[in-house]
Order: sequence, then structure tokens, then C-alpha cells
Amino acid sequence: MSLLEFINRMLGKENTSSKNIAKERLRLVLVHDRASISPQMLNKLKEDLIRVISNYMDIDESCMEVNLSQDDREVALVASIPITRMKRDYSVRS
Amino acid sequence: MGEVIVVTSGKGGVGKTTTTANLGTGLASAGQKVVLVDTDIGLRNLDVVMGLENRIVYDIVDVTSGNCRLRQALIKDKRFENLYLLPAAQTKDKTAVSPEQMKVLSDELRTDFDYAIIDCPAGIEQGFKNAIAGADRAVVVTTPEMSAVRDADRIIGLLEASELSNPRLIINRIRPLMVKHGDMMDMADILDILAIELLGVVPEDESIIVSTNKGEPAVLDRGSKAGEAYRRITRRIRGEQVALMNLDIPDGLMNKFKKLLGLH
Repeated sequence: MSLLEFINRMLGKENTSSKNIAKERLRLVLVHDRASISPQMLNKLKEDLIRVISNYMDIDESCMEVNLSQDDREVALVASIPITRMKRDYSVRS
Repeated sequence: MGEVIVVTSGKGGVGKTTTTANLGTGLASAGQKVVLVDTDIGLRNLDVVMGLENRIVYDIVDVTSGNCRLRQALIKDKRFENLYLLPAAQTKDKTAVSPEQMKVLSDELRTDFDYAIIDCPAGIEQGFKNAIAGADRAVVVTTPEMSAVRDADRIIGLLEASELSNPRLIINRIRPLMVKHGDMMDMADILDILAIELLGVVPEDESIIVSTNKGEPAVLDRGSKAGEAYRRITRRIRGEQVALMNLDIPDGLMNKFKKLLGLH
């Protein structure tokens, strides 16, 4: 423990306590762990996306790409969905 | 009709076997007819924790492969005559039993006992799949360490994928002083991360080692803090509402001083 950490702790500042470091690291690790989802689930997600988006526009399903991208700090869902035509009457659809 | 409960964790050494022994003994001392099943084939230990290692004749593989009948393999506990152990085989491996055989065994246990507590091996391979195959509900054991919580998260995912939903969590080996100093995750931290229902918290307690040395589960030791925690967990398993054990440490002089200064 460095002197600064020690002083911070004496003053009751918990941010430097090792449990918070553990919690933060664990949260990130679990995002990565949980993000390693099965191809079946990704396919289902893709189908659901197509269904929802098709209410508003026509998309090119064959060129659609849906993937999870991971780096050190975050996990993101990256989707590339080419639009072939916008629907004019989207507002009246339920 | 009884209930089959699997005790699992993913990571080894977090207290599955100790938990199994204490839950089983606690339920038996409350008058329930209980069987403990050790599914850690090749690395059996529940017999030792229960102090029954000298009485083993047949084991779980003998039962599932039809070498003997269930009744012949069951070992009666020293202390309670309504408590039995079905030991693991020591000289075989996890593939000696299949999930289908475990389902058949669980059905048989359910008709003969109020509770069957299954001690699951560490890992997520065949041994884990066997242990959960016939279970009605699951108890996940973790300690407040990153590696144990991470593995618990994985196990919870696998349990839910195999339709054992709503597993309940035991947080084992909490050190109140470290929690107080901010050097150990507390109950709220872990529940926040794992997002499952809590079954109980167990403090780190040296009496567990003593009780394992003697082969006498701590749940019977009125002076043991961990024993008290397991007594409460046992009552919760039976559906009672029991308050959590208070693991807080009273404020020391330094904290009182800090509070006085408004720093806390």
C-alpha cells in the first residue's frame, strides 16, 4: 500500500480499496465472459433485428453483418445493415 | 416425495463438500430423512468430512452399473440414523456414470428420502453434468474472491441453460474484518454482480478445519460461527424465513473518531 493510499483510507475514501478494484475488474471480465454467446443466439438476435427493422425499411439481409466486438475496455454489438429502400408509411404500422 | 438439491460452484476449494455435509447433517438433525451423494468420482472426500471413510463397501458406480442395490451402498451416519451417505468411487473416473443413470438414481432417492444433497465436483465437464442431471434445484457456493465469483457466474449460466433456473447462492468464507477495511467484496457487491437470490452467508471460521479433522460437521457445534450460519441456511432450505447472520464488526476507536469529524 502506498502512502497516498494509506492516507486516503485513513480519511475514509474507499475508492482505492482493493475490493473496488476487484469489483470493477470482475464486472469487465464478466461482460467478456457473458459476451461469448453461442452462434445460435447470435442468429436468433439477427432474425429478431431483421423483423423489427423491416417494419421501417427494406434491408439487404444477405449483406447484413452482426457481431460482437471486444476490446480491453468494452464489448459492443456492431451491426452493418445495408438499406435497400425506406418505407414511406412506417408511422402507421404497428 | 423428496427433493434433490445439487451443491455446485465451478471453482474448486470454495466449500462445496463442507456445505453439503453441513446442510445434510443440519437437515437430519431437524428430523428429515437425508442422503448425501458424492459425485466427485476419483476424488472422493465427502466420506472423510462426514467421518465415515472406514465404512465404505460399495459406491455410486456400483449402484449405477447394477453391481449392487442402492440400499447396500448407503452408509448410515454415526450420529443420525436418518442420515445416509452414498460415496463416490475412488478408482474410476467421471465417465463411469452418465447423466441418464444419475436421473434414474435421483428418482429412486426422491422416493426414499426427504432430501438428497448432491456434492458436485469442481469444473464444468462430465462430472458437473452428471451431478446436475437429476436435481430439482441448485445451490451455488462462492467465496468473495474474483476467481470464485467469475466461475460462479459461468455455473449460473450453465444451470439456467439446463433448466435448473433460480439457483440460490451461498457466500462462504467471508472475513468481516477485511470487508470492513474495504479489502474484500461484501454480500451486496457479489449479489449485485451475480444477480441471484441469496441463500446464506458463512464467515471464515477456523472451527471448520477442526471439525473436518474430527469428521464432525460444524453445524452440530454450538460454539462455531460457521456452524450457526449453516444452521440458518438449513432452516431456509426448509422454507423458513430466517434473518442473515450479522457479520459486522463493531466500530473501533479510529472509526468513531472519523465519524465524529464527519469523515465517514
